[in-house]
Amino acid sequence: MPKIVVLLKQTFDTEEKIIVTPQGVDEREAKFVINPYDEYALEEAIQLKEKLGGEVIVVTCGTERAQEALRTALAVGADEAVRLDNEGLGDDSYAVAEALAAVISPLSPDLLLAGLFAVDSGSGSVALQVAERLGLPHASAAVKLTLGTAAELGLTNSVQAAQYALIERDAEGDTETVAIPLPALITAQQGLNEPRYPSLPGIMKAKRKPLRTVTLSELGLGTGARGSSRTQRAALSPPPPRATGKQLAGSPEEQAKGLVELLRTEAKVL
Amino acid sequence: MSRTILVYAERRDGLLRRVAFEALGAARRLAGEGGSVHAVLAGSGGAAEDAAALQARGADVVHIADDPTLQDYAPEAYLAVLRAAMDAVRPDALLLGHTAAGRELAPRVAAAYGAGHIADVTAIEPFEDGGDVGFIRPLYAGKAFERRSFLPGHPWVVTVRPNNLPPAEPQDAGGRSGGSVQALTYAPPQLWTAVRGLLRRAGGQLDLAEADVVVSGGRGVRSAAGFEPLQALAAAFGGAVGASRAACDAGYCDYALQIGQTGKVVTPQLYIACGISGAIQHLAGMSQSRTIVAINKDADAPIFSIADYGIVGDLFEVVPLLTSEVLRTNQQAN
Repeated sequence: MPKIVVLLKQTFDTEEKIIVTPQGVDEREAKFVINPYDEYALEEAIQLKEKLGGEVIVVTCGTERAQEALRTALAVGADEAVRLDNEGLGDDSYAVAEALAAVISPLSPDLLLAGLFAVDSGSGSVALQVAERLGLPHASAAVKLTLGTAAELGLTNSVQAAQYALIERDAEGDTETVAIPLPALITAQQGLNEPRYPSLPGIMKAKRKPLRTVTLSELGLGTGARGSSRTQRAALSPPPPRATGKQLAGSPEEQAKGLVELLRTEAKVL
Repeated sequence: MSRTILVYAERRDGLLRRVAFEALGAARRLAGEGGSVHAVLAGSGGAAEDAAALQARGADVVHIADDPTLQDYAPEAYLAVLRAAMDAVRPDALLLGHTAAGRELAPRVAAAYGAGHIADVTAIEPFEDGGDVGFIRPLYAGKAFERRSFLPGHPWVVTVRPNNLPPAEPQDAGGRSGGSVQALTYAPPQLWTAVRGLLRRAGGQLDLAEADVVVSGGRGVRSAAGFEPLQALAAAFGGAVGASRAACDAGYCDYALQIGQTGKVVTPQLYIACGISGAIQHLAGMSQSRTIVAINKDADAPIFSIADYGIVGDLFEVVPLLTSEVLRTNQQAN
């Protein structure tokens, strides 16, 4: 019965309108969701638990607001939730991974699941840095996942382990099938599953499930001026505006001719 | 300021990827006058030609890891190569492409070497000698850009988005002293990953992320057969075919071709959106393309708001006409 830890992040809903100011995103106008890729990871964890038993612990790093995301995860079936309070923690993948690894290490998960990347920062760095710190193998961008023994999965891996993960993964459009021994990190790609919505009984039950908060000082990590951060944001700006486009007029023949002419002479891409 | 830079010269199917030259170009600039640029090549066989190509474009030292265990890509095997190269070179910075491999190797190297990681970089800001280097990267699916920099005292790991930075060009042989090629000593690790199969789904076409021209179809393409004229247009440009999520969901084409927030992010020189309305999901994957053309029946489609050139019309009528026009122009140029 596997113990599964799911790393998740609360993000802006990037499909909604976002107002960018030099100080950051206007959070009053933003809508917050669980990072969509992390939803696939969470759903997979819950499906595995339904099939194999065990438990699902969700872990996030964020402000108090991120507890909404954890409550949602508990409502769809996670058993326990941990929030690493980001007070004193830099906005930097190295520092965040260091702290998350300290939270996850004592949990000794059989399986660590996370989204391929978060749609806000788009780096996809933290989960893999955590795996490196915990000495776990990984497989990225899973679109199918099966757990079992070597005999059950028909494997002949060179590393001996009690349990393995058989993964179909997206490799730049191609699908690669790989097997890795557990414990391991697996990151979720779109297509892994269809995440469920929380049910009303689920939401009621979630209120009584354990949700604890861990601070950096409890982990024995220095908060210092910049803590362990290796990078920092120097500026934030909206994308450069695009010039207003040209509409091509005339018959389809004239439009085609006109476009190719513009691509050659003006855009110089031909 | 001069720096020592290590470039991971990624290969795909035994060929050096273009993003390796883009990373090399960035490395040359970051290294500065007195700095040095190292490149690491990994694989099984056929490295000599690639090493020569890297040297001609400014790599001072090329480190080659040639081993049968590198035939198939397994992250831990390639990580062992990168670690050996990091230990041999002790660089100030490691540069990789923000590709499927680079995305998973870079964070692990960063964590192992106490390095910072700046991912998916689309531009490196001109910097004064000794000044902060600014790495520009998109955030929130391209709705904002941040300028990020490294704090002093630790190595850097940077992944660069394909098709955004200028590639290193072959240099005048007289201008530089010829570089050297070295075999990289490394111990092949015990493999965690057993690769059991690879299913080619992108139809063997040019990698979408690296294509100069992408012709993309949406729901307006109406069927799998509807993609044929798009393929002809892409072929005329020497480009690749992509699709919106709607076209993939409708079963017109494989998800391998999907461009968007989920799916691939592309920044070609020319992006031609055919029958694509322009949902935010899709724009996140292509809005940074240099020139955008939209062909759509609906004059109010949001795609026109980011297009440089728009044609309101029937793609089945316009696309074949465009193809013959492009072919005619190509012929004249030859």
